Amino acid sequence: MSASRKTVATTAAAPSGDGAVVVDNIQLAKQAPLGVKIVRHFKRYGALWLMSLPAMCFIALFAYVPMYGLRLAFYNFNPREGLMGGTFAGFKYFNQFFKSGMFTNILGNTLRISLWTLVMGFICPIILALLINQIGSTKIKSFVQTVTYLPHFISTVVIVTMINIFLSPNTGLIGRLFPGKNLLADADLFTPLYWITEVWQHVGWNCIIYLAALSSVDLALYEAAKIDGAGRLQLIRYVDIPTILPTVGILLIMNMGNVLNVGFEKVFLMQNSMNLSASEVISTYTYRIGILGNQFSYATAIGLFNTLVNFFFLVLANIISKKASDTSIF
Amino acid sequence: MTSATVQPSLAPKASSDDIPWNPKVRQQRTVSDWITDIVIWVILALVVVAIIYPLWFVIIASVSNQGAVNQGRVTFWPVGFSLGGYEKVFSDGRIWTGYLNTIIYSVVGTALNMIVTIPVAFALSRREFKPRRVILFLFTFTMFFAGGLIPNYLLFKQLGLLDNWLVFILPTAVSVWNVIIARSFFETSIPEDLHDASQIDGLGYWGYFLRIVLPLSSAIIAVLALYYFVGHWNDFFTGLVYIRDSDKLPLQNVLRSILLANQTGMTGQSSGGMDLLQQREFANQIKYGVIIVSTLPLLVLYPFLQKYFNKGVMIGAVKG
Repeated sequence: MSASRKTVATTAAAPSGDGAVVVDNIQLAKQAPLGVKIVRHFKRYGALWLMSLPAMCFIALFAYVPMYGLRLAFYNFNPREGLMGGTFAGFKYFNQFFKSGMFTNILGNTLRISLWTLVMGFICPIILALLINQIGSTKIKSFVQTVTYLPHFISTVVIVTMINIFLSPNTGLIGRLFPGKNLLADADLFTPLYWITEVWQHVGWNCIIYLAALSSVDLALYEAAKIDGAGRLQLIRYVDIPTILPTVGILLIMNMGNVLNVGFEKVFLMQNSMNLSASEVISTYTYRIGILGNQFSYATAIGLFNTLVNFFFLVLANIISKKASDTSIF
Repeated sequence: MTSATVQPSLAPKASSDDIPWNPKVRQQRTVSDWITDIVIWVILALVVVAIIYPLWFVIIASVSNQGAVNQGRVTFWPVGFSLGGYEKVFSDGRIWTGYLNTIIYSVVGTALNMIVTIPVAFALSRREFKPRRVILFLFTFTMFFAGGLIPNYLLFKQLGLLDNWLVFILPTAVSVWNVIIARSFFETSIPEDLHDASQIDGLGYWGYFLRIVLPLSSAIIAVLALYYFVGHWNDFFTGLVYIRDSDKLPLQNVLRSILLANQTGMTGQSSGGMDLLQQREFANQIKYGVIIVSTLPLLVLYPFLQKYFNKGVMIGAVKG
């Protein structure tokens, strides 16, 4: 009995009220032969398995089968055999990518665009949340929130169309302010245009999570700080910011896993022949090589390279965060 | 002020800077607090204007005379009312096909999303269901490691999903992120006592899920339906990569081709009797109209769903 109690304590995260029943079941289950155990398990949890089944099938088919299909990066694609066939090619396609003239340019573009977006898209919502939190009136607060969420739901096609109209030379709302210049054709402006519009669209939405964290601050903390003579800025510095730090940590890890994931749609839609030197990124290149160019193995290798780099950054961020603040996602 | 009435013996001087929990009694503000306040208000006002003005401008420009728009005479209100852009947009048959396709894909897709997502989230929220750890790990792993474009493309090809409308529905049937959000909701917002009570009443998991949990979950159902629906509505990628047949293209891809067609018109190949200027004005008006027409349904739904936003994101925040 005491031994099984121990297993319950270590395996179950939160022993519920019917702990004794759980202990007995485990005891029984341990004694029964494997076949009986399985039958008993399905008798008891069959309904839960049935509820999970559709989602498990979809994940298996549309996430794990393509993951197996990554083997194509090491094989020569054969149209008749499809995903599963081909002759072994080793690292041929990776070498082809690393040695191609495009490699440094594409990797540089991807890193530049994604790091700018990551950093600015990460800092701006925090600042906005701290500012919105300073509004005393609930009505004004909810008005500001409603307005800032709005662009989040607009499609990428529409956003890019708006960029094109507003910046069009001589006639656009913004393009008019720079006579004789075509802002859309300037490769140097691609990255700022990308991250500024990205922040514009998502800043309000992304600050909800921080506002939620800020609304949980114990009011007594503010009182205590005020009695100690803290002004507005000090309240933000010593109460608000420490409150949202754990949330910041989690989101930072999540974002780190996307270092090389520049949104395909927006870059693709914003590309034109004049800015291509600054706007060709890994995902658009994969599309061009794979779907338009039919070089399936080569494109798979590029995609796999992208995924591996992202995965590396995610794990790295997780380790650092775990060591630094005990916050981690796995 | 209240302290003065409760404790009349207290010196009146002290009442000005204590009791901060009473919002009517303000702490004495210093000069730097006033400056901070003003800076905060100015920044917030600028942010609100910067976000709302481009959207407002598209609305007024879509009903204005395009010559006035291009010359910069339209700033806050429409100038020279004209609905020419909308007439052109609605007389284009492709828009209607695209609209109909998008509505079908979004409604059917969202329905399937909900049917698949909610039950699995419930099953994974049951603590006594031990395999849930493994299942959840296998699900979460796919968020960070995926096959990518080409393996997906080849798989869809083998399954016969290319140029098939089911490609909009099936591959995106379940989003792991939304499963995690719904699972957190079931874990934290449905009291465990209800499960104990339902077991005493002899309800199995299905009975408990359908008759007790679901009626209590309208908030999470609304939030997830909104996320999924917006995702389907705005999807451009699927149509671009997997669909060739223009009759099956959704709205976003139709918009793109209409906009591109008008762009090439702008670069100078004059067609018909129109001169270049007229043609450009015409093209812009179509663009404004197209933006409004495609975004309108979401903006109409927006006020009704707004109250769920905070809730939904907060549920998601419980467990990252």
